[in-house]
Amino acid sequence: MKPRKTSLVVDSVEDLIDCIQDGMTLVVPADYGGSPAEAARALVRKGVKNLRLIGGPPSGYVAELLIGAGCVSYLEMPGVILGDFGLAPRFREAVSQGKVEIRDSTCPAFHAAINAAQRGLPFMPMRGLIGSDVLRYRPEWQVISNPYAGKEADDPIVLIPALVPDVVLFHAIYGDRYGNVWIGKSFEVMAMAQAAKMAIATFEHFFEGDLLEDKHMAPSTISHIYMSATAHVERGAWPLALGAEYPVDAEHMKRYVELARTRAGFDRYVDEVVRGKQRAA
Amino acid sequence: MQYTKQELMAVVLARMSRGAESIAVGNSSPIPAAAALMVYAQTNRETIISILGSFKYNKLFTGGIREQYDFAARGRVDIQFFGGGQIDGQGNINLVGAGSYPRSKIRFAGSFGSALQYYLGRRTILFREEHSKRTLVPQVDFISAPGTSPPNVHRLGGPIALVTGMCVMSFDKEKARFTLRSIHPGYTRKDVIENTGFDFDCPADVGITPEPTPDELATLRGFVRQEVAEVYPTFAVEALLSEIPVVSQSSSMSAQQ
Repeated sequence: MKPRKTSLVVDSVEDLIDCIQDGMTLVVPADYGGSPAEAARALVRKGVKNLRLIGGPPSGYVAELLIGAGCVSYLEMPGVILGDFGLAPRFREAVSQGKVEIRDSTCPAFHAAINAAQRGLPFMPMRGLIGSDVLRYRPEWQVISNPYAGKEADDPIVLIPALVPDVVLFHAIYGDRYGNVWIGKSFEVMAMAQAAKMAIATFEHFFEGDLLEDKHMAPSTISHIYMSATAHVERGAWPLALGAEYPVDAEHMKRYVELARTRAGFDRYVDEVVRGKQRAA
Repeated sequence: MQYTKQELMAVVLARMSRGAESIAVGNSSPIPAAAALMVYAQTNRETIISILGSFKYNKLFTGGIREQYDFAARGRVDIQFFGGGQIDGQGNINLVGAGSYPRSKIRFAGSFGSALQYYLGRRTILFREEHSKRTLVPQVDFISAPGTSPPNVHRLGGPIALVTGMCVMSFDKEKARFTLRSIHPGYTRKDVIENTGFDFDCPADVGITPEPTPDELATLRGFVRQEVAEVYPTFAVEALLSEIPVVSQSSSMSAQQ
């Protein structure tokens, strides 16, 4: 048998995100674990609208960019933060002005919801939450009495409904010709991919051989049976860090935060960095 | 000896954290990260610490971020730190926004893991550099997580103290109320009262927060400054006083995540 490059591995980031349509429920991982920054820029260039964005917690640069560019109509997340560079200006303005419908969540609730979907279960119980406004504003989250606490016991516990995303989009560290991708310790991304209807990924390095047949690589590999498409995109997480591959581009992030304070500044950032148009200063 | 406010706060947090088996540091928490690293150094690297966003200081958790929440959910985190856009006199924290919800007038980042971890971490130290009526309010506008819970709600721990740029307060969960414990050098009891939006107990014998010792400052400005720069490069350079440049670590780390 000759090694084959399967149809899963597409040629460009544009081809990769072709399957993301207006109005879909999109999940992306956190800035520290496989954030698909270049793919997000491609989504902005494509002009996708009305995404229902759910932050694989917490959200950061990608959510900020998609919100600022008007691609998102609904946002569910436990937080949007640009790491060491502070609060996310476009996110804050969009929420304050009511431009985006918002549901505040908490990180472990996201993981519980994904975990339920991954296992084909309708819900997952979760501790905490009771007495918080996070719960008060989520009337769909049911509270039951723990049925195993004994007849007399009163032990309320929250049930988080399963979350089945239309599509999960992330940046992996390695990808091979078969559509397998390697995510290091970011097992939450593996859970997201297994929970979703579709999972697509850019990957940083091309891996010669089969990730599933390498005994050191296989345990952190998301099998191609969960993947709909992958694309080799170097520096696909830039300006964010990617594991120990490269650090965050601090100068770039500082400049972003400075520009994104105003609508005009953000538009200029999109023109220059996302669309790659150089403008005379 | 000269020191910054952040250095004093990190030292105060580190002193409170001594004896903990495990310390967890979440998002946007440079001062707690410095405190955790300080305890790590002082205990000859025996304390279990995790710093969100760090690769080096999450190495104990091979299962990724979900394992860290599960570790916390089983009550294995002894000390954790939460900030808050608003903190009220009952220990409720608001990480979501000021004003009405959902169209917050001033939007903060979000609740992150607090709506689980505030209940299940054994001891939470609240920290907020800005000590003002804007941040320390009578009642928070949004409860990301409550300071106390009714007895039937499964809760392993909660807030024990509040450390600000001005003072240290302890929290009594039975009374759901703070008590002033020490005032940082340069501030007075009057400053604390005038800048706190909630009522708190104020004993007659409140002392001054002990200043950082030369040993503590040496640890902060040496080991801690170098290590905290992985996640908080700006903070490392601006808050921790030293002439020595911070060395980038990325080149010395292995190729795998």
